[in-house]
Amino acid sequence: MESRFRVLFLITLVIMLSGCAATKNLFGIGDEEAPPPSSEPLGQVIDPQVERREIKEPAIDREDFEVSAFAGIMNIEDFGSDAVYGLRLAYHVTEGFFVEASVGQSEASLTSFEVLSGGARLFDDRTLTYYNLNLGYNILPGEVFVGEGRAYNTNFYLIAGLGSTNFAEDDRFTVNFGAGFRFLLTDSVALHADFRDHLFDIDILGREKTTHNLEGTIGVSVFF
Amino acid sequence: MSELSTTTIPSTSRSSSSVWCACLLALALLAITPGHAEAADDELRKVAVADPYLEMHTGPARGYPIFHVVDRGESIEIVMQRTDWYQVRAANGVEGWVDQAQMELTLKPDGSEVEFARATLEDFTNARWEAGILAGDFGGANIVSLYGGYSLNPHVSVEVWGSQILGNFSNGWMGSVNVVHETWPDWRFSPFFTLGAGIIHTSPKSTIVQGEDRTDEVGHVGVGLRVYATRRFLLRVEYKSYVVFTSRDENEEVEEWKAGFAFFF
Repeated sequence: MESRFRVLFLITLVIMLSGCAATKNLFGIGDEEAPPPSSEPLGQVIDPQVERREIKEPAIDREDFEVSAFAGIMNIEDFGSDAVYGLRLAYHVTEGFFVEASVGQSEASLTSFEVLSGGARLFDDRTLTYYNLNLGYNILPGEVFVGEGRAYNTNFYLIAGLGSTNFAEDDRFTVNFGAGFRFLLTDSVALHADFRDHLFDIDILGREKTTHNLEGTIGVSVFF
Repeated sequence: MSELSTTTIPSTSRSSSSVWCACLLALALLAITPGHAEAADDELRKVAVADPYLEMHTGPARGYPIFHVVDRGESIEIVMQRTDWYQVRAANGVEGWVDQAQMELTLKPDGSEVEFARATLEDFTNARWEAGILAGDFGGANIVSLYGGYSLNPHVSVEVWGSQILGNFSNGWMGSVNVVHETWPDWRFSPFFTLGAGIIHTSPKSTIVQGEDRTDEVGHVGVGLRVYATRRFLLRVEYKSYVVFTSRDENEEVEEWKAGFAFFF
């Protein structure tokens, strides 16, 4: 009988001790076991096994090109003034410099000689077409203020370049220079006012001479 | 501009409307193309300001005034880039232009530094594609040329040229293909040698009675100099000596001098 009680007591004791051992760390009671001495040097205490999140960055939209359509009036020396229209494509290299390719077309009116002499025309194809490759510089960036609460960015630029003019049945080497005003309605859309002088040599009226052909245009451009 | 507050100067605000500009707005609406529509917000690249503050200009150039500052730690979105300027949108919706030097002091969402590609002398040496415009003198006539080139390696590239020749007595065009060899492509002033062949077409001016259109083959050798200017921009000068293989008894020799500028990609 006594040995039976002793066995029961011992079993109860064992169960209680094991229960305490199981809950000891749950309640934070009792001594913490010291971690085994690490053989590795300290430094990276935690070694995260998490893969670094790869972020695919969206590409930044570049808007360095500017395409524009223009129309205006061109005065062809000795041949009167007529409408001119054309297209331009510019690439903005830096905040100051841009390069531009330009094509345009106009019509030549009659010279005073042709009007006074009656019928005889100097040549038949009266269309003038030109192309030129130019270098421009935004010399005066600025703002204009419309009304009380609105400001628009502007640019006054100088531009010059080389090209060719097809006029009076020949291609003529042409130098052009001028200035323009860019009025940015938004950051991507602008209005232009341009004034340029196209210089080329012509001998259609007897003596060869360098002519100044002045062109004033307005246009609309879009950056892309 | 070292104040911490985010200040907006009213005169440069783009948000308020005015009856005065109704006509201009109408024009703007007409001019805006569908392609101009801004990308959805979630597609914009986001960075955080790491400098004490980020200065926003009203336009993409140094001359435009600073009208707004964004404080350190705030997040901004990059709307677009033009030359070395970035149009950014702050958390409060204000948009302005920030130069590259300041954008390089921002942090990515994961905390690393932002790097923006900027062309360097190294790109000048190693870039694959190049295109440019040159003009000069071709045996007494004016010449305007366009070219495009592809580098097989830093030393050797192949170029295609198209030129218009505008003289006192005749006009014409010329197309040619040449191989260019650069001995020291990593120099800022990089000399080169060139060898090529092509076709030249000449037609006498209409005021000259005699003469007929001719198309001949040409061969040329040349030397030149490529000079790295800035960013993707280079200057180029060259001399070429052409031999025109005419159908007559004698071949024609023409000397050409040209100068111009080009870009590399």
